[in-house]
Amino acid sequence: MYTIIVLLPLAGFLIAGLFGKSIGAKACEYTLSGFMVVAAILSWIAFLSFGYGEGETLRVPLLHWMQSGTLDVAWSLRIDRLTLVMLVVVNTVSTLVHVYSIGYMHHDPHRPRFFAYLSLFTFAMLMLVTSNNLVQMFFGWEGVGLASYLLIGFWYKKPTANAAAMKAFVVNRVGDFGFALGIFGVFALFGSVNFDTIFAGAADVAAQLGGGHEAAAAGAGAAAHGAGDVVLNFAGYGLTMGSALTVVCLLLFMGAMGKSAQLGLHTWLPDAMEGPTPVSALIHAATMVTAGVFMLARMSPLFELSPSALTFVTFIGATTAFFAATIGLVQNDIKRVIAYSTCSQLGYMFVALGVGAYGPAIFHLFTHAFFKALLFLGAGSVIHAVSDEQDMRRMGGLRTHIPKTYWMMVIGTLALTGFPFTAGYYSKDAIIEAAFVGHNSFALYGWGMTVIAAALTSFYSWRLIFMTFHGKPRASADVMHHIHESPLVMLVPLYVLAAGALFAGIVFEHSFIGEGYDEFWHAALYTGAENHVLHDMHEISFWIAILPTLCMVIGFVVAYMFYIRQPSLAKETAKRNRGLYQFLLNKWYFDELYDFLFVKPSQHLGRFLWKTGDGKVIDGLGPDGVSARVLDVTGRVVRLQSGYLYHYAFAMLIGVAALVTWMMLGGAS
Amino acid sequence: MMPDMLSSSLQIAAPELILAIGAMILLMIGVFMGEKSAQTITGLSVAVIIIAALWLILVTPLGVGFGGSFVLDPFARFMKILVLIGSAAAVIMSVGFAESERFNRFEFPVLVLLSTTGMMMMVSAGDMIALYLGLELQSLAIYVLAAINRDSVRSTEAGLKYFVLGALSSGMLLYGASMVYGFTGHIEFTQIAAVAAESGRSVGLIVGLVFVLAGLAFKISAVPFHMWTPDVYEGAPTPITAFLAGAPKIAAMALLTRFTVQGFEPLSDQWQQVIVFISIASMAFGAFAAIGQHNIKRLMAYSSIAHMGYALVGLAAANTEGVRGVLIYMTVYLMMTLGTFAVILAMRRRDGMVEEIDDLSGLSQTNPMMALFLTVMMLSLAGLPPLAGFIGKYFVFMAAVHAGLWPLAIIGVLASVVGLFYYLRIVKTMWFDEPAEAFVPMAIELRAVLWVTGLVVFPVYIFVSGPIFAAAEAAAKTFF
Repeated sequence: MYTIIVLLPLAGFLIAGLFGKSIGAKACEYTLSGFMVVAAILSWIAFLSFGYGEGETLRVPLLHWMQSGTLDVAWSLRIDRLTLVMLVVVNTVSTLVHVYSIGYMHHDPHRPRFFAYLSLFTFAMLMLVTSNNLVQMFFGWEGVGLASYLLIGFWYKKPTANAAAMKAFVVNRVGDFGFALGIFGVFALFGSVNFDTIFAGAADVAAQLGGGHEAAAAGAGAAAHGAGDVVLNFAGYGLTMGSALTVVCLLLFMGAMGKSAQLGLHTWLPDAMEGPTPVSALIHAATMVTAGVFMLARMSPLFELSPSALTFVTFIGATTAFFAATIGLVQNDIKRVIAYSTCSQLGYMFVALGVGAYGPAIFHLFTHAFFKALLFLGAGSVIHAVSDEQDMRRMGGLRTHIPKTYWMMVIGTLALTGFPFTAGYYSKDAIIEAAFVGHNSFALYGWGMTVIAAALTSFYSWRLIFMTFHGKPRASADVMHHIHESPLVMLVPLYVLAAGALFAGIVFEHSFIGEGYDEFWHAALYTGAENHVLHDMHEISFWIAILPTLCMVIGFVVAYMFYIRQPSLAKETAKRNRGLYQFLLNKWYFDELYDFLFVKPSQHLGRFLWKTGDGKVIDGLGPDGVSARVLDVTGRVVRLQSGYLYHYAFAMLIGVAALVTWMMLGGAS
Repeated sequence: MMPDMLSSSLQIAAPELILAIGAMILLMIGVFMGEKSAQTITGLSVAVIIIAALWLILVTPLGVGFGGSFVLDPFARFMKILVLIGSAAAVIMSVGFAESERFNRFEFPVLVLLSTTGMMMMVSAGDMIALYLGLELQSLAIYVLAAINRDSVRSTEAGLKYFVLGALSSGMLLYGASMVYGFTGHIEFTQIAAVAAESGRSVGLIVGLVFVLAGLAFKISAVPFHMWTPDVYEGAPTPITAFLAGAPKIAAMALLTRFTVQGFEPLSDQWQQVIVFISIASMAFGAFAAIGQHNIKRLMAYSSIAHMGYALVGLAAANTEGVRGVLIYMTVYLMMTLGTFAVILAMRRRDGMVEEIDDLSGLSQTNPMMALFLTVMMLSLAGLPPLAGFIGKYFVFMAAVHAGLWPLAIIGVLASVVGLFYYLRIVKTMWFDEPAEAFVPMAIELRAVLWVTGLVVFPVYIFVSGPIFAAAEAAAKTFF
């Protein structure tokens, strides 16, 4: 069954990719969507039937891949609760996006290609989440990166789309470089890339670090070293086990930062909105960007051993949550607002991971997938309605025209802002509480940032709703004339996601983070012996618990004041705080900074190497130069052939005279 | 001279006698029958050449005749067979041309026969007198041939240029021969070698040697004695160019080989330098100058200059391996040249012959078979494996390397890289350019020559290379 779940999208990709043209767009759409529906149903069955309590980790070997020395990599599926959660998320959202795309893309002439890419993405994502070793995970990791690149640049005739695709690819390479180094590091430390061996090794190390040198003898494999021995050389430093683990974890986290658009490597995500909206919903909201969160959760046995790495994760996550939310406040592109929101929510998840609350992190990932996909698809429905307009300043008053979309968006917003008893309420508040009780030095910082971000989230989400659906229509009469509700094929996925956004929290809270935690996760998530976050977070005071909800209300009220009661207030505030406004509007000038620090210098270097290095030196002295000289010589030689007899005779005489002279003088010896 | 010696001498020279007598008979037939006999005479002359070739292979004994003036050794026989093939093919290929271009001159085959007789004598020359006789007989016939289309300004100009420069080169050769005789007292190659071995290097002998080499280099059109080649190739009627590019080059190369290796073997370190120089100059000049050409006959002129340079690389090695390389190279060269000229002769539209490279545009679409064969020829001329042209180059370069002439081999390889350009340009023109007007269908005899040579160039040579290499080896051993 698991094999079928993973391979169905691959089959779909091959069918649409190879025969898409011959079987036609319609056949492609329905075949691939049908495959995905089957895969999604199967993953829900797997998820629900997977034993509560006694559920052991399953390993489904597929193929042997490579073996070199002690490196042994196989294609195999690792099925545990974490994988199943991801399977459900990925396949559900992917299925809905497939179906939604039938409606959304129906004007596009390249639909087979689009669907092929979607299925390729799904396959790669499934490989990522089901992998039983780091190398297969890296394969999936790169596969989703490739699919993301292809889909962002799907409208390849649009220069901005191409630029965005390249940016996403290049920025992700930075992260992937760290991830790859991290994998090498893990292999160096544990002598294997297989999770079972790594986790076993990590457990030994934990025993060692906990029990000091006495326990060293009990260690196995690479972990047999004493805790004080140098086990890894990195950047010229010999590292002992503890610091080596921190370095490895930070490297792995660097990969996660790239993929999950955390502060520093986040710049690609807003630009990725150049891709078709269903792609944004699937890849850049629900699934791929959460790969980093998944990876950290998967590697939790390792991260638990490195408090410093976790502290860093908390810091980055908290900062991202706040920073992205501030930018979201002032953006005018409907998709960019949601993109920054995604960035911010991913920050929340990392805060949770950083304080050791893996359950809440994955829970938020789970619920976030529903409401963020809902928001994106809803935004897609809006964009579809207003003739591909994305600027909210040219929308407004759409509520009466597209009421179904409006209500779906409202549900998504409620869930995102954490309105009581919606999905986001449970997962987000759990993260904030976990941060409050967390022990590392940045936990409190994380708490503060996430609380502020909660208010900001509420503000920008409602701002989006108000600007888009309320007030007077600001679109042109022509657009307003054509405005229409989306077809059923697009609305049904919205309904499904809305149901998820409303009820996913209340239904699964118990299992994911509540009393049923151990029974539900079993061994899929590892928590260290001294990690009591989950326990502590249920024992916080009422005011701390209610704070996020209060923040949400404040955000809502402010947004209401700014955009409904007194629309002029927003402009005035912006004018009065011009510097701050520009700072936020320009996204903290990250793009400009990177442009100045990395892009421009490397372009200069590239231009130099291209024009001077390759063009002038290599081509000039090499192929071009040689051929030009050949032509010069030819020109001169041909001119010798004058056609005059006396020239010819003269040449012969000169030749014979030269030869005789040479032979008599020089050539004699 | 004793009668039995005379009869054995006549036996050795029987093929030449057949050719000479045949030429005279055909001349009489032509004189009495007039222009309309041209076809008959062409056919008969081919028959004469074939008889001579069969006689040479099957009947004629090896040996030395006419008091050492006439030598028939394996080397001479090998070269003579090549010469006869070249002449016969040239005559055969002229048939269609004679019909379409109203080129019905019975003198052409007769002159070819006479010229061939001269070449055979060159190949067999054992002394300076025979050398000069053969050379002049060959040359005089060719002067006339070059100018045979006397209504054409270009043809007459070509003939005249060739004649004047040929006279100059003959003068040099004679002057050199007289110097050699003066300083050694002998005209026979073997005795010159003996004296040279005894007395060693003397200035007079060296000067004589250089002058004779200059005269012979003129005949193989090696730089700097090549200037006539492009003009004559372009100006002469195409069948004559085809003849000119084949047999005479082989005969002259044979003579040059015999003269240097047999006559001046003791002074090989002396003439080696001259050969190296003209070899490098020819390869480089041929490669560079050909790039600038638009006329395919002119291009073939520069191509042949370059190829003589490559053949001389083998001669420069001055040993068995080198001479074997020369023999193989000349064999391959003959095949490639004949095949290429078969195509050039087929470059005819309804309104007449064309000879620009651009006229070959898109030949792959209008006449794929012809394009394919010409491509094979061009790539073989360029020396790409696995074609025969590569084998030829391989042997001469390896000979040079084994003889320690590294720089020469390297320059040769580099020159062939440059040369590749203009051969590939023709290939590109045929396969990638917009098709020009189609040629009229290829005449049967041209097609025959093209098929035979094309298949020899690839892949038949692989199967016959064993016996040919063995024959070349045996021929090369003649001198050492």
